[in-house]
Amino acid sequence: MSVIAPKFKLSEFIKSLLDNIFWIILILVLIGLPAVMMILFVIEMPVIDGELLTPFLAFTWMADPTRILPVVHAFMATDIFRVMAFPGFGFAALLAAATIFVERKMLAKLQLRVGPFYCGKFEGILQLMGDGLKLISKEIIIPAKADKPIFWAAPVLFVAAAAAFVAFIPVAPGWVVADVEMGLLGVFAVIGFFPIITILSAWSANSKFPFIGGIRALFQMVSFEIPLILSLLGVVMLTGSLNLSEIAASQSSFPWIVFLPVGAIVFFITMLAELERIPFDLPEAESEIVAGWLTELSGMMYGLVQLGTYLKLYAFAALFVVLFLGGWNGPMVVPPFPVEILEGIEMGPITVGPFPGLPLFTQEMLNGTLWFVLKTAGIIFFILLPRGVFPRIRVDMLLNLGWSKLIGLSFVNIFIALGLLYAGVLGPGGLQ
Amino acid sequence: MTFVLPPGLALQKVDERIMTLNVGPQHPGSGHMRIVVQIDGDYIVACDPDPGYVHRGEEKMAEYRNYITNIPHLERPVIHDSCNVLYPYVLGAEELLGIEVPERAKYVRVIASELNRCIYIMYWLAIYGIFLGHSTMFMWPAGDRELLIDLMEKMTGARVTHAHFVPGGVRNDLPPNFEDVCLRQVNYFEKRIKEYAAVFYDNPILIARTKDTGILSRQDAIRYGTTGSVLRASGVDYDLRVKEPYDVYDELDVHTNVMKEGDSYARSKVPWFDMLESCNIIRQALQKMPKSGSVRVKLKPNPKTKGLESVYKRVESGRGSLGCYIVSDAKVEPYRVKLSVPSFRNLIALPNLLRGEKLGNMPSVYWSLNYWPVEADR
Repeated sequence: MSVIAPKFKLSEFIKSLLDNIFWIILILVLIGLPAVMMILFVIEMPVIDGELLTPFLAFTWMADPTRILPVVHAFMATDIFRVMAFPGFGFAALLAAATIFVERKMLAKLQLRVGPFYCGKFEGILQLMGDGLKLISKEIIIPAKADKPIFWAAPVLFVAAAAAFVAFIPVAPGWVVADVEMGLLGVFAVIGFFPIITILSAWSANSKFPFIGGIRALFQMVSFEIPLILSLLGVVMLTGSLNLSEIAASQSSFPWIVFLPVGAIVFFITMLAELERIPFDLPEAESEIVAGWLTELSGMMYGLVQLGTYLKLYAFAALFVVLFLGGWNGPMVVPPFPVEILEGIEMGPITVGPFPGLPLFTQEMLNGTLWFVLKTAGIIFFILLPRGVFPRIRVDMLLNLGWSKLIGLSFVNIFIALGLLYAGVLGPGGLQ
Repeated sequence: MTFVLPPGLALQKVDERIMTLNVGPQHPGSGHMRIVVQIDGDYIVACDPDPGYVHRGEEKMAEYRNYITNIPHLERPVIHDSCNVLYPYVLGAEELLGIEVPERAKYVRVIASELNRCIYIMYWLAIYGIFLGHSTMFMWPAGDRELLIDLMEKMTGARVTHAHFVPGGVRNDLPPNFEDVCLRQVNYFEKRIKEYAAVFYDNPILIARTKDTGILSRQDAIRYGTTGSVLRASGVDYDLRVKEPYDVYDELDVHTNVMKEGDSYARSKVPWFDMLESCNIIRQALQKMPKSGSVRVKLKPNPKTKGLESVYKRVESGRGSLGCYIVSDAKVEPYRVKLSVPSFRNLIALPNLLRGEKLGNMPSVYWSLNYWPVEADR
């Protein structure tokens, strides 16, 4: 018998590892990311934008302040920046957080209340942070009969799938995480993951209400995926491309919603259903099945699902903007970067500059981002609005809507697109 | 030794398709009760309501207190409708003790009773809204209810549990200038609840969800003994304010609202008509009320009856006919007080309405029965 651990059993150990898989992953990330950074110091990296960017070289600005701008410029060209910050996760999470705040305040105004008010100096703006802290500090309770590894993994997978969805969205010309040639197919593939994750989470909880909620979510997502895909075929036909950046660029003179309003309406309705928003929030119908497939999730697991839900909301709104509202296209409203600063500012006897790294962002990129954010905010507003106006619908009504009406309408949309194509009004590349 | 269970307790072999759901008591869609629902897929095959979680022995408590001290605790079953819950008890006690109520007090009682009916229906409507997932319909009635609660606070001094009706009249006279404030608030309230039609009752999704669900036919409504809005939604013209007028209801023009459909939608709309009707009654009562005079007959301490007597009085509460049976045996305390509550009568229809319905219809059918769990358990 071993002296060190007399009651040690390998199977128990593996079981405990699986029980705590969430924290293990968290700790691995916390330790692993710094370790990766250490390795990056050693490995030679490629030259980006005229700068050899290793983390070590990135700190040379401490010795030479004029290197700040080139280093920042080079950093912005890296994949890490794109994934973590601008068109990727950070940008989406910021918009998602703003969405939650706007949703709560807007609903409150609609319903004669004030909404979040006390947390933060201005109108409860820190309420979300408070809610997040509360969720993190809560104990995570798992049902005794739950299938633990799957139950743990589901919220994490949900956020991962939502983040993968965000990666396909082109925000400005050239600013997209994954510029895939088959981008729209990739989006469909990612959307197809959500029902699987939902039913896994619901089933593994081994409880009745989550199970019913998961089945409902499965019904809803699967039956609305078909009109979702069909309603986008019109755009693909007219553009002749599946690349989301190309689809956005093809709408420089007019957005596709002008020619394909039916498709846009069908896509909007299916979007509401995929997002489980009122009036399609059947999987979370509280008066019938408590909280649906979220019933047994507690603490930060619930928080992760909420984060994933709002990331998904942003991604769907952005997809609508890219496909039907012209993405980043819009009149140029951002002023050009002042030439005087580029050439150097004369301040009496001294001339400051010129600054080699400026401008950090091009005019087109800023203008594109501005229009993209404005349009996305508008679509998000229309996604939030039904919550204050409509009650929840029933499963049979939902399936009837999805399978008969929306699929029919999306075929109408396809015929409109075909008609436009064969009449020679439109074609790949725009107005003929 | 084998222990044989009695037939009722033996485990039945059920079909594997059928899943039993315990909706409540810890469930956002049940209130203080449990509904054991058996579902086959999305269809309800059997439903067994299980009330009794908030039984407080109000009737037994009434046997240990005299006629005056019974007042505050007897209104506890429905604190949102406290004046109407107390109304039959007070009417009965007056008949037993042989008290003649002043004319002004009768009008004040009618006003308080109608205001309280609106307060109750608003609360009921708020929960009906949130049961259907319509959060605006939860917030609007809950907010507009405050108007009338403020009025009741001016009138009685308490916001919810008023304890305002006493044998012999009402506890206090109206505050100065109450008639003008009441008329203004009630007019605004009426304008406000008419706006609910646009957001709730005319909402196409709501109509599609609640029309033709949980249909209670006219014959069944009478056979099960349902009362109030449930009975009137099934096409029976029955309102105690018209059929058996008490106090001054016979001097007022009361209109009964009847809908023929008998489905959840009709059952949810009849209370809304009732609120509009209540506004009319309040306006009439304010006009016809004597401008001055006593509102309470002075009683002796510990009043008691002559001999063994009994009385049964009933009024139209926010949920339907609410009766109170008092037996007195010449003591200070009543011998027996029995509340005959509308909630429990309406609940009897629930298993029959839910059988064959979809699970999604359960909250709307259940709450459209105008059921208040605390009142049913007493």
